[in-house]
Amino acid sequence: MIRNQLLICAGGACITSGEKSVKDVLVEELAKNGIQDEVQIIETGCMGACDLGPIVVVYPEGTFYQKVTPQNAGPIVSEHLVKGRVVSGLLYRQPTSETRAQTREEISFYTLQVKRVLRNCGVIDPLSIEEYIARDGYFGLGKALEIGPDAIIQTIQESGLRGRGGAGFPTGIKWKAARDASGSPKYVVCNGDEGDPGAFMDRSVLEGDPHSVIEAMVIAGFAIGAATGYVYVRAEYPLAIERLEVALTRAREYGFLGRNILGSGFDFDIEIRIGAGAFVCGEETALLRSIEGKRGMPSAKPPFPAQAGLWGKPTLINNVETYANVPPILINGAEWFRSVGTAKSPGTKVFALAGKVQNTGLVEVPMGTTLRELVFDIGGGIPGGKAFKGAQTGGPSGGIITADYLDMPIDFDSVKELGTIMGSGGLIILDEDNCMVDVAKFYLAFTVDESCGKCTPCREGTKQMYQIMERITDGKGTPNDIGKLKTLGRVIQQTSLCGLGQSAPNPVLSTIRFFPDEYRAHIEDRKCPAHACLHLLTYSVVSEKCVGCTACARQCPVQAITGQVKKAHVIDQATCIKCGSCYEVCRFDAILKE
Amino acid sequence: MEMRTLHVKINGRDYQVPDGSTILEAASAYANIEIPTLCYLEGISEEGACGVCVVDVKGTRNLPRACLTKVSEGMEIWTNTARVREARKINVELLLANHPTDCFTCERTENCDLRDLASELGVREVEFPRTRTEWLPIDNTSLSLVRDPNKCILCRRCVNVCAKVQSVYAIDIAGRGSNSTVSTFLNEGLGNVECVNCGQCLLVCPTGALTERSEIPDVWKVLGDPDKIVVVETAPAVRVAIGEEFGMPDGTQATGKMAAALRSLGFNKVFDTDFSADLTIMEEGFELIGRIKNGGTLPLITSCSPGWIKFAETFFPGVLDYVSSCKSPQQMFGTVTKTYWAEKMGFDPRKIVVVSVMPCTAKKFEKERPEMKTAFHYWQEKMSLKDEEAFNDVDFVLTTREAARMIREAGIDFANLPDEDFDKPLGESSGAGVIFGATGGVMEAALRTAYEVLTRKSLPRLDFEDVRGLEGMKSATIDIDGTPLRVAIANGLGNARILIEEVQKGESPYQFIEIMTCPGGCLGGGGQPLSNNPDIKKRRAEAIYREDAGKPIRKSHENPEIQEIYKDFLGEPNSEKAHHLLHTTYHDRSGE
Repeated sequence: MIRNQLLICAGGACITSGEKSVKDVLVEELAKNGIQDEVQIIETGCMGACDLGPIVVVYPEGTFYQKVTPQNAGPIVSEHLVKGRVVSGLLYRQPTSETRAQTREEISFYTLQVKRVLRNCGVIDPLSIEEYIARDGYFGLGKALEIGPDAIIQTIQESGLRGRGGAGFPTGIKWKAARDASGSPKYVVCNGDEGDPGAFMDRSVLEGDPHSVIEAMVIAGFAIGAATGYVYVRAEYPLAIERLEVALTRAREYGFLGRNILGSGFDFDIEIRIGAGAFVCGEETALLRSIEGKRGMPSAKPPFPAQAGLWGKPTLINNVETYANVPPILINGAEWFRSVGTAKSPGTKVFALAGKVQNTGLVEVPMGTTLRELVFDIGGGIPGGKAFKGAQTGGPSGGIITADYLDMPIDFDSVKELGTIMGSGGLIILDEDNCMVDVAKFYLAFTVDESCGKCTPCREGTKQMYQIMERITDGKGTPNDIGKLKTLGRVIQQTSLCGLGQSAPNPVLSTIRFFPDEYRAHIEDRKCPAHACLHLLTYSVVSEKCVGCTACARQCPVQAITGQVKKAHVIDQATCIKCGSCYEVCRFDAILKE
Repeated sequence: MEMRTLHVKINGRDYQVPDGSTILEAASAYANIEIPTLCYLEGISEEGACGVCVVDVKGTRNLPRACLTKVSEGMEIWTNTARVREARKINVELLLANHPTDCFTCERTENCDLRDLASELGVREVEFPRTRTEWLPIDNTSLSLVRDPNKCILCRRCVNVCAKVQSVYAIDIAGRGSNSTVSTFLNEGLGNVECVNCGQCLLVCPTGALTERSEIPDVWKVLGDPDKIVVVETAPAVRVAIGEEFGMPDGTQATGKMAAALRSLGFNKVFDTDFSADLTIMEEGFELIGRIKNGGTLPLITSCSPGWIKFAETFFPGVLDYVSSCKSPQQMFGTVTKTYWAEKMGFDPRKIVVVSVMPCTAKKFEKERPEMKTAFHYWQEKMSLKDEEAFNDVDFVLTTREAARMIREAGIDFANLPDEDFDKPLGESSGAGVIFGATGGVMEAALRTAYEVLTRKSLPRLDFEDVRGLEGMKSATIDIDGTPLRVAIANGLGNARILIEEVQKGESPYQFIEIMTCPGGCLGGGGQPLSNNPDIKKRRAEAIYREDAGKPIRKSHENPEIQEIYKDFLGEPNSEKAHHLLHTTYHDRSGE
């Protein structure tokens, strides 16, 4: 007889912070106390609050223990489960008061979220198809088989679901195009090649709820008339691949995949294809080439994959999160889906919250949520009392949303007007210490690296832009560099062959638009206002404050600091490598960084 | 099915264009606007890599590529807006930023597509610095081709030709982004991979990244050596193309001027590969007759094209038994020059230098094959030559382009030269030898002889129209006095692959197959002048058949010099001596 369940978050971040050892301790403790048959341990997918991991939740109470370590995990068994006493030291401390939260329902990080895509993540054991079914899993498929392809596509169209991979193309129109396309066989593909730095929405879904994607792909196959599906997952996601493989096997055993699915006469099966580390393979035409076993290189659209995709055949390709939205839409209907979100961007969006924010992790909010709600209410604000400077969306393809737009509802269209994109959901929060020129240079370096090299503007143009950016951050910029960046950016946007190139200039153009003064400071004054660009930085000793403790001189790796004991020290600028160790070691605030 | 017509506006004017046209085609055919292109090659390289052909289309945020974008009903196209001009110019400038500026000394100095484009677009200054940090090594591994990756602009034409037209796949893109290069398997170099040396890549290269391995300096050197007897042989396809290099109209028969120019360069004898083409027909024709009569291995497959030979050795070693054992005309020529002619003239064979002018880059590889030292072996015992004195049957191979370059360098006014004849005896040829230069020509030449030998009757009509034409694959059934002979012809190795796969499976319905490596046959060879005329192969083929029609003798076995060489030297076709001198062996390269 099971009286308690221990949910342990087995998302990637929690595993990295020691989830497996915590689990071992808990198993051991249960046995030691002789209650191993009364308590069930379930490893779930990501619970979202990655910076609080490893997380253990005790049911039926729902007690939420965070930052559990092998050293402090024991009392969860000996105190909570044996004696019924909550281990208050492991509870979440509310940021604004000294009180502690007992359950997720008391933590604003969770309460402001609407979990639709992540409905099962952190709730069920992703390896258990029974738990998925118990949460209405595969009911959407049952309904789909009942209502038939046309009604499925109509429902998706009416729901207003838009592609969660970044561009926000209406999913229903894509499905209809694939259904209407002549040619056979047809294919269904899931794009799980999530590559934006800092984004892990799709990984979490695949790891935490793989059946939701499988179910949606079967529905899609039935709707467009395909018998084969491919899930393309990047090789850097081994856990997602492992769990997906288990899920596929279970789904076959249960008759949700394979021949004559649920007695409908419909055959469909799914294979996994593993990417080999090229960011451009997240671009759909390149991804399809990669599945074909060729070098992943984009081709011009049209023809769109719905007309000529895998091996030239009609192919429906959607992103992981898009698929995860599908089963509940079929169960609950289009109206239900539209009940949250904005008119043109209904539903929710999952964001990977990262950067300079208190609560990092995975959050799902209705479309139209403001950046302020995301950063301050859910994210808990900026650490260290620093000022919010902007949020980077859309990864290397996106741009910056500045403080002026904190109260703007975020959806596909509003972010576009700001020169950025929704992207797949990476949301990196920047504070006053971030140099916008440097941030843009970072993303550009990424695209320069990841450009496949096929078309001139992307291959050569981004590299030229990067060199200009490097010049600027090195303090060697010239007044017409901004003009050159804009011209190059425009040509790269307008003439690149695929989305990677077309969006590569966005971070630079966006920061030029919103932070022109920062660029000017770098170019005209040779200064980095955020003190982030190494070459524009000087460290000096404020002699009035220096007590001559010699700490800095001893710390300096290049012996650039000289001075006698108890006398003010001096930094030799020619020798200084700007490593900042003197700044960090000085206890008298006597090192000036400017 | 009737073609639907679409209404489009190009630069503000209304046009009706067929559905399915690209913007590029529509603008050219209907609006007289030639949108500039760089990477595009119709039907072969349609990837949109360069970003030069962009146009403005109303309602689109970006600039679509004219080469890839199909017109649609009501489309409004602007080919010359400010942002179009800016984009084209910048994309070309971006390419130029990393392109070497040694145009003065580049082989393509006079016909570089990149340079022409930069000039057309008014690029007067390259605003961007070089971004590549190092110069890449030049690939000198091939006996036929030289690749300079620094001049490569990654247009992919060569990659696509090699893969799609030739099905050889010797080159592809390696590396990513700004580090990408065209490379060979593990960057081993063209000479160490499956490259068949056809040079089709060179013909489509818009810059000087691909050139032939030049033998001009070697040839100048021997021409200046009074101790050498330097003879030149010219392949059939050269005479109908070399005029292009001197501004003569496409399809000019420049045979007489070519002979005169070569003589003027200082060659001691100006001979003709057509002579040895006739010799090839005797040997190969009799080989075919023998195989038919004696139930030998059929189909017989021709062996004149060295690219095809390496292709078969590499990809289809199992069919080598089907391939004729005859050497190519170039190699037969070298052998008979250094044996028969040397003997006849009383020349020391070591003093004879054979230079061939070929439409071909693979011939440079062929002459270096270790089997191709037959004349040396012929003389070795007679003259007690040491092994280290070994010499090739053919010493140097010049492409048509290289020959033209030498003629230009010598200041010879080619177009205005009075016509001259070839020297005898190795300059005498029949029309059958001439048509070797076009796809189907070897087949037709062989049929003219085989028919008469097999039937002992005179051919009623010499022209076998069924085997002519530039299509990639042709087949015909020839009535040899009541006996049907099924023949097939392929040009371009992609087409050859299809026919050869049938042979490999034992399913080929043919008795005789002609294979030419290059599209159109030798007239479209990798050593030919670079041309922008899409009909160039047709023009050259017409000239070849005109040349044939104008010949007094049109059958190889009726060439009196051929009759004489058999009478005085070789004996019968396929005799032991002929076998020894004019036939060769192949080897399996599939494991290399």
